[in-house]
Amino acid sequence: MKAFENFRGGVLPLDRANVDTDAIIPKQFLKSIQRTGFEGALFSDWRYLPDGKPNPAFVLNQEDFQNATILVARNNFGCGSSREHAVWAICQYGFRVVIAPWAGEDKGRVPGFADIFRNNSVKNGLLTVELAPAEVDWILRAAQEEPGLEATIHLADQTVTLHHSVEDKVFRFEIDAHVKERFLQGLDDIGITLKDESAITAFEKKQGF
Amino acid sequence: MKTFPDGTALLYIDRQLVHEVTSPQAFEGLRLAGRKVRCPERTFATMDHNVPTTDRFNIKDPIAKAQIDAIGKNCKDFGVTLFDLHSDKQGVIHIIGPELGITLPGQTIVCGDSHTATHGAFGAIAFGIGTSEVEHVLATQCLHQKKPKTFKVEFTGRVQSPVSAKDMVLKLIGMIGTAGATGCAIEFCGEAIRALSMEGRLTVCNMAIEAGARAGMIAPDETTFQYIVEGCRPYAPKGKDLERLIAYWKTLATDPGAKFDKELTIDASKIAPQVTWGTSPGMVTDVDGRVPAPDQVSGYGKTDVEKALAYMGLKSGTPMTDIRIDTVFIGSCTNGRIEDFRAAAKYLKGQKVAQGVRALAVPGSQQVKRQAEAEGLDKIFKNAGFEWRESGCSMCLAMNPDQLKPGERCASTSNRNFEGRQGKDGRTHLVSAEMAAAAAIAGHFVDVRKVKVNP
Repeated sequence: MKAFENFRGGVLPLDRANVDTDAIIPKQFLKSIQRTGFEGALFSDWRYLPDGKPNPAFVLNQEDFQNATILVARNNFGCGSSREHAVWAICQYGFRVVIAPWAGEDKGRVPGFADIFRNNSVKNGLLTVELAPAEVDWILRAAQEEPGLEATIHLADQTVTLHHSVEDKVFRFEIDAHVKERFLQGLDDIGITLKDESAITAFEKKQGF
Repeated sequence: MKTFPDGTALLYIDRQLVHEVTSPQAFEGLRLAGRKVRCPERTFATMDHNVPTTDRFNIKDPIAKAQIDAIGKNCKDFGVTLFDLHSDKQGVIHIIGPELGITLPGQTIVCGDSHTATHGAFGAIAFGIGTSEVEHVLATQCLHQKKPKTFKVEFTGRVQSPVSAKDMVLKLIGMIGTAGATGCAIEFCGEAIRALSMEGRLTVCNMAIEAGARAGMIAPDETTFQYIVEGCRPYAPKGKDLERLIAYWKTLATDPGAKFDKELTIDASKIAPQVTWGTSPGMVTDVDGRVPAPDQVSGYGKTDVEKALAYMGLKSGTPMTDIRIDTVFIGSCTNGRIEDFRAAAKYLKGQKVAQGVRALAVPGSQQVKRQAEAEGLDKIFKNAGFEWRESGCSMCLAMNPDQLKPGERCASTSNRNFEGRQGKDGRTHLVSAEMAAAAAIAGHFVDVRKVKVNP
């Protein structure tokens, strides 16, 4: 996996909650036995009209957002099926970051991303950034008012900087230290685990298999 | 096995279940890296998602066929046990794990499928993973995991028959939303859970993921042990081994007075049969309720509800029992077990499906199909006008030819009512097997509590 570098990119506002992985990539595209070639399938049911032409009403097809690399949506992004194809499609289309807000407060607070989607993202170098609901409200509004709005993602500092026409706006995000390190170093999972080969073998022996 | 300073643990995986859709890229990864499957004896595979439920040996879609062929070759090359289309053990992966005795209490179980939560009904830690993690487990038999938060959901009292396990879990999702348990493992407990059969418990745990929880679990008890001891479960331990294990399994239950991160109590006796009206499993109401107004749905924004109602072609204020359906699907890893077909059959015996309704009965496995046929249930379904099919995931996710056409409206015993889930622009209402059967006869939703059934 490549190490994650700071970058500046366009923001795509997808103003929807509970974007499920069936919507991100419908089932007909899961029959492939390849790991590539999913970019054209991203958001297929929303993106294309029945005749196969791009749906001009869908934000991904609008000219101002053609170079977007930062996807911003609402709470519970990536819920539903475990299909990693959803992450592959988002990455292969060119997105490098997805931003979604948590919801609720205190004990009732729920994360911005579904668990399996977030895990799959880590494996593929897609950074999921969780912000406060009011911050995501602000970004979605700003990106709709100023199409083509850009942001800089700085992982070491854990910041998203929106380059708004009036002034830069900086949002700080929390990230698991382990995940952050993986992204910064571009580490591969199986290799890391197999460093513990002797511990795994000892465990298997102890269990009697 | 090992805990790291950041709180993640290297977890040994007792069972990995594999199906054709999320595994080909994982096996390919092993090949490219020159790695083997570490424990083929802990790995079990089948083909279920793509499988036609009519003529299963004649797969017309060449891409689907390539995927079916790929799992055959991968399992052969890597020495993994495969229950293929010729096997009398084939079926939906989450149906066959329990019924073959592969799923046991106290195990760690993973599968490249979000409905792996199902197996938690045995008191196992079972959760869905992506393809990268499938490859990781194939190669190492381990996974790095962070301990989830704990969420106790207690169902007090008893449900009033014919309210079912499906209604219990739909009610829960309606209360806490589809992200309500994200980051958590749910433990289901209470009198109404204890009273459920294994089949019902599997239904409840199956849909934990629809509340956001990767894992749902139920403490093993006599019902669990009976299920394992009885029936034909070729992979379950037997004799002295089983006795020793049962003694151990009895120690697995949560300690009394244990503290949870979140807790919720639901009075099961007040749960009505549930029907979803929207495009998220939390968009659900009582069968005697109405389609809600966009600004009156807790947990969902007004515009999200408006979008859902527009997609579903529904008007606020419509009684749920006025909604007419044209398709019925009984099956899936949620409600494709023998009990589901028995329950549905009560509503179908001596009846005919309403005119214009296409009704599919898809047993969850070959074993379920054989059992149902031995009990004569297939005749009841067929006489009522249902199509009696071969086992597979079928219209739950419509990867095979069983799909809704645009605008078609389905009473479905499956688990997701997402846009396009059962076919592009198809409309899904999630219900129990009893509710689906009753809707098939009436042509619209009916309150099963008011339907008289033949014993």
